[in-house]
Amino acid sequence: MKRHAQIVFLLISILLFAACQPSGQSNSESKDPADNQAYIENKGSDTLVNLALAWAERYQQINPDVQISVTGGGSGTGFAALINGTISIANASRQIKPEEIESSREKGFDPIEHIVANDAIAVIVNPENPIDQLTLEQVSQIYKGEITNWQDVGGEDRPIVKLSRETNSGTHVYFLETVVRLGSKEDKNIFSADTLLLPSSEGIIAEVRDNPNALGYDGLGYVTDEVKMVALAEKPGGEYVLPSAETVINGKYPVSRHLYMYTRGEPQNAELAYLEWIFSAYAQDIIIELGFVPIFGK
Amino acid sequence: MKKTEKLITNTIRIAGSSSILFVMLIFIFLLKEGLPALQDISFSTLFSKRWYPIEDMYGILPLISGSLIVTIFSMVIALPLGIGTAIYIGEIAPHNVKEILKPMVEVLAGIPSVVLGFIGVLVLSPLVRTTLNLPTGLTALTGSILLALISIPTIVSIAEDALYAVPGSYREAAYAVGATQWQVIWYIVLPAARSGILNAVMLGVGRSLGETMAVMMVTGNAPTLFSRLEAFVSPVRTMTATIASEMGEVASGSAHYHVLFFIGIILFLFSLVVNITSSSLSMRPKRGKDQVVS
Repeated sequence: MKRHAQIVFLLISILLFAACQPSGQSNSESKDPADNQAYIENKGSDTLVNLALAWAERYQQINPDVQISVTGGGSGTGFAALINGTISIANASRQIKPEEIESSREKGFDPIEHIVANDAIAVIVNPENPIDQLTLEQVSQIYKGEITNWQDVGGEDRPIVKLSRETNSGTHVYFLETVVRLGSKEDKNIFSADTLLLPSSEGIIAEVRDNPNALGYDGLGYVTDEVKMVALAEKPGGEYVLPSAETVINGKYPVSRHLYMYTRGEPQNAELAYLEWIFSAYAQDIIIELGFVPIFGK
Repeated sequence: MKKTEKLITNTIRIAGSSSILFVMLIFIFLLKEGLPALQDISFSTLFSKRWYPIEDMYGILPLISGSLIVTIFSMVIALPLGIGTAIYIGEIAPHNVKEILKPMVEVLAGIPSVVLGFIGVLVLSPLVRTTLNLPTGLTALTGSILLALISIPTIVSIAEDALYAVPGSYREAAYAVGATQWQVIWYIVLPAARSGILNAVMLGVGRSLGETMAVMMVTGNAPTLFSRLEAFVSPVRTMTATIASEMGEVASGSAHYHVLFFIGIILFLFSLVVNITSSSLSMRPKRGKDQVVS
């Protein structure tokens, strides 16, 4: 019996040892010279997560000795992880905040920004909703709670249910600054308290798809055929523009932004190679496949 | 032999006291991380009506009201159903029905709340919206129904255990003097099992109050303060959902971080109150007529 227990103990310790090893290596950011394997931990924006996953998959096919793990959680989550040193590349749909730069410096590195793609925020409604176009000011008034019925913007007599991402989402912050506050820095208006804060992009799409009262916003890459995009005009009387790769690159669509990756200091070795590949024409084509907008037009 | 006995006694002693230690440590940690919130933020901001952390608005009243609405309403649904089911399983159902029902309830208890949340989003919320003709189906009511589903198995199995613990001689004595089945249940079994049933109720309340994932998925998370009766069918934001969705993003040591822990303290106090009420309620009759049962 005793010998049996010893063997089991030995087996368990071997297993544990084996299980610990790769996780110990994954913390190292650069190439491990011993077996030429490189690990890149990549985390952050939920807007960017599908694109980052697609990039990681293709890149690993081309470079089998590089392993990339991609997780979401929101831009703020990504920056927190970058500062805490658990990842080497943070995905973000907003620029890094001064406080976050400060805490990075306290940890001894400068976060370096890389613009990797462009995205448009589409304002979406249920396909049953007759509304096709809105001005930015109307959208702002709706989210501030000044307009509460679709009738007031030319629709049916229905209450407006406002949907938004949670406050830890870069998309939420971007939409607040660009649409709710119409880009004005002095404007201190916020979303009205009865705005529903949903934890995911998919949650917003699902509710807009099912609910004819709903108004939502989401990154262009997430918009499916089951919801209807609304054409937006920057000023009343201006041209109403639907979001697309073309209208983002030519600057006509008013609610578009950059998507970023941040590294701890200047990227090196595996990360540098990965980022350089992201700027290649092949990787930028993947952006179009996923419904986002590449950083340069064709 | 004596040596092993000593070892076993000591192991059990350590196991027992370690759970007390863990609770203490958790509470100390909560206080340490949460109380600085009172320093960072003025009392009037903390108890104001608006929660919008990215603009430093930390009013926790809407969150407390959201948690209370959802918990109370879920209990209104779960208590009659749960205790009714327990009485049926324990007192009325024939043996073979009982053999099927009891494991079913236990399976229901094992369903992860995220799965129920999915069902809530895809099935329950559209149903609530269309049947009640509401602007949206992501409401306190939807959350309450889901929470009732989650807490019913707990209530049923504990209440049923309490009914089972009532000695058969009680029932036989009552039947012997000519009581009907209903009279036996209502006047004999339920009063005798009172403390256990109260325990079931309180555990159900605790389960509802602490549930996070399912609630976050279906209540809409809009931090509105309870003002009118319509609040039951409007979106609400609970304390647990707030902590869960915002914890990942905060910089540790910031005001927002401390406030989230402060909300944790409040949740802890709520469940403490629930526990103390339940134990004081269930202690009381012990001295009198319940003495025979134990």
